Amino acid sequence: MSTQYIDDMSGVSTTGHEWDGIRELNNPLPRWWVITFYVTIAWAIGYTIAYPAWPMLSSATRGVLGFSSRGEVKNEMAAAEAAKTKYVAAIKSKSVSEIAGDDALREFAVSAGGAAFRVNCVQCHGSGAQGSKGFPNLNDDDWLWGGKMEQIQQTITHGIRFTADGDTRQSEMPAFADVLQPEQIAQVSAFVASLSGAVKDKSMSEPGAKVFAENCAVCHGENAKGNREFGAPDLTDAIWLYGPGEAAIASQVRAPKGGVMPAWIERLGEIKVKELAVYVHSLGGGE
Amino acid sequence: MKFGTEIVLLSLFAFAALVAAGFGVDEAFRQHMWVLFFALVGFNAILMRNTDFKLAAPIDPAAYMDGPIRYGAIATVFWGVVGMLVGVVIALQLAYPHLNIEPWFNFGRLRPLHTSGVIFAFGGNALLCTSLYVVQRTSRARLFGGNLAWFVFWGYQLFIVMAATGYLLGITEGREYAEPEWYVDLWLTIVWVAYLVLFLGTILKRKEPHIYVANWFYLSFIVTIAMLHVVNNLSMPVSLLGSKSYSAFSGVQDALTQWWYGHNAVGFFLTAGFLGMMYYFVPKQANRPVYSYRLSIIHFWALIFLYIWAGPHHLHYTALPDWAQTLGMVFSIMLWMPSWGGMINGLMTLSGAWDKLRTDPIIRMMVAAVAFYGMSTFEGPMMSIKTVNSLSHYTDWTIGHVHSGALGWVGMISFGAIYYMVPKLWNRERLYSLRLVAWHFWLASLGIVVYAAVMWVSGIMQGLMWREYDEQGFLVYTFAETVAAMHPYYVMRAAGGAMYLSGALIMAWNIAMTIFGYQREEDPMPGSIDALQPAE
Repeated sequence: MSTQYIDDMSGVSTTGHEWDGIRELNNPLPRWWVITFYVTIAWAIGYTIAYPAWPMLSSATRGVLGFSSRGEVKNEMAAAEAAKTKYVAAIKSKSVSEIAGDDALREFAVSAGGAAFRVNCVQCHGSGAQGSKGFPNLNDDDWLWGGKMEQIQQTITHGIRFTADGDTRQSEMPAFADVLQPEQIAQVSAFVASLSGAVKDKSMSEPGAKVFAENCAVCHGENAKGNREFGAPDLTDAIWLYGPGEAAIASQVRAPKGGVMPAWIERLGEIKVKELAVYVHSLGGGE
Repeated sequence: MKFGTEIVLLSLFAFAALVAAGFGVDEAFRQHMWVLFFALVGFNAILMRNTDFKLAAPIDPAAYMDGPIRYGAIATVFWGVVGMLVGVVIALQLAYPHLNIEPWFNFGRLRPLHTSGVIFAFGGNALLCTSLYVVQRTSRARLFGGNLAWFVFWGYQLFIVMAATGYLLGITEGREYAEPEWYVDLWLTIVWVAYLVLFLGTILKRKEPHIYVANWFYLSFIVTIAMLHVVNNLSMPVSLLGSKSYSAFSGVQDALTQWWYGHNAVGFFLTAGFLGMMYYFVPKQANRPVYSYRLSIIHFWALIFLYIWAGPHHLHYTALPDWAQTLGMVFSIMLWMPSWGGMINGLMTLSGAWDKLRTDPIIRMMVAAVAFYGMSTFEGPMMSIKTVNSLSHYTDWTIGHVHSGALGWVGMISFGAIYYMVPKLWNRERLYSLRLVAWHFWLASLGIVVYAAVMWVSGIMQGLMWREYDEQGFLVYTFAETVAAMHPYYVMRAAGGAMYLSGALIMAWNIAMTIFGYQREEDPMPGSIDALQPAE
């Protein structure tokens, strides 16, 4: 059906074809379209000259700029390492207290420790180091094993109850389910709860004080303020690793839980551990 | 006897499925074969109820064969609603992880159900039925091969059912957009070759001297998808009675094959195929000639030549050699104008008919589709630039980009085509309601804008957070913090998707009422004016 036909609306002739009533105008290619297309082609050719592009028999053209992805990464990594060399060397040779005493060095260590913390520690301690049930909050001033910088360094280096490390921090609270009567456990739980809250039931907490003095004070102290030698928590500060309330306390008395923290020295090395210690110390509760 | 051969073959096929269900070597395969068995038995029962011992009435060879197209239009709407619903569900799962229900309905299994549902079930049925509609009318020829079109239609639905149930059972090749396992792939290959024969056969017996541009696009889509599907799914089954297979490729070759497939699924399924749709339905609905014949030729050949090389841009900064990354990128940049050729031809076809935008919501839908097409085919080359990609890669920006193309272009042009075709296929004077189409248009448009804008913001935020260094050179954010920061955007994205889904539900209602023959009494669209009276 090749009948020439002029479209009234545009005044342009059609190609003379028609399919199911559809005609095609014989408009030229838009000039800007053609030019832009050529520009992209020219750019593409230029780019393939500049960068690795055309596959040959056994390798590909390298490009006149000498770019390679691996080379780029290598250079960037080297530049980053070079920028850190001065600080890293200082951290290696100084103690954590000395690091903290030098403003520029402390700032660097806190940044570096923070980055290491976000990769290695947040899984248990939380992205804000806020902890959760069974995992201590590192922002507060309640420390199980001590909040001085060297003590934190020791904890990170050797871990807690981490049997693969001979110098790990070790302690185990005995299970009192077999030692005390159920009633005594209820009493001592009421007493411990009353240390950081109101006394609810004197008939329970008063005999509980006696149970405490006979069984618990040896580790947690006469005043129940804890003992960092054994990682025995302070029971008077209303901070509860395994939850508040008499039921949770009783459960800890009967069959205590104790978390395990790995020793990080093997995996992270001395420098990262020092940086982490400075970072954790800076979170707010450092002593 | 009507359906005689079909019933016998289906029975044999069902028996084979039953045997496989009994002797399968893994639990998932046995369950999957039970699904196949019941699907075949159910379908066979329908055929048996409709069988007839009389000879079938002779068919008028000049009349168009529209039966499979009618079914295809219904299937398009049905799978569209299903696929989009699953999309809203997985969007909510990302925002509220408790909605993951083990084992069948967790995100890992529902995500391929959504992507395959909207791309292959909704988009595939839309392409199938419109291509058969268009090729008959622009060739002035009845579909080739007798009942071949019915086989293609039902065979494709069986593929969809097997793919979807396989995902839920946990059967997957783990190749994005090519998840079905080897036996489902083999079945699709048979159906697809039948589709090619059907389409090509119809073109060959055409009564028009030339092949219309829409058919070039449809044909390139069918041929290329056959090639992509076969090569990417080359694999060795562990057992002929088991669901697991291993790819013929490994390592970086495997990754490149997969993204050669994945990118050209976008290029030839979601672009070329739907351009074919645009080239018929836009001029028909606007009642205007196509803007430029020359542009259609040049941009067609440029598009199909350049697209096939662009896949490596999905693997920037990976183990893929630098030279392949460079080529993937420059071919993507050169693809910009060939892609825009389709947009120009679509939009300029409307010149002289722009007033219809005010009165015809179907035209409005098509124009929005072409506009979103232009936007995402600009965004695509831009994101393929390595510097941009280093920020956008692996972030939600990619998801936003895909959806502005999928919801905006693929969805809207398909809705337009369905609204155009359905009254004609069922001999209705008009749609049940044009005002409902306008509602659909606004809900869908607003949904896309919300979705895409939210994903841009969250994707760029995500990329920036991942690469944020402090002045000492240390990373600032944990991965978990970047996930937490996404939450409000995930909620808003689900809301955008829900808007789009509600538009699709309105369409389903409108289409169903049109098919049943109802016409809603309503005022004409605002803005329409009575035809001018000639001066006396």
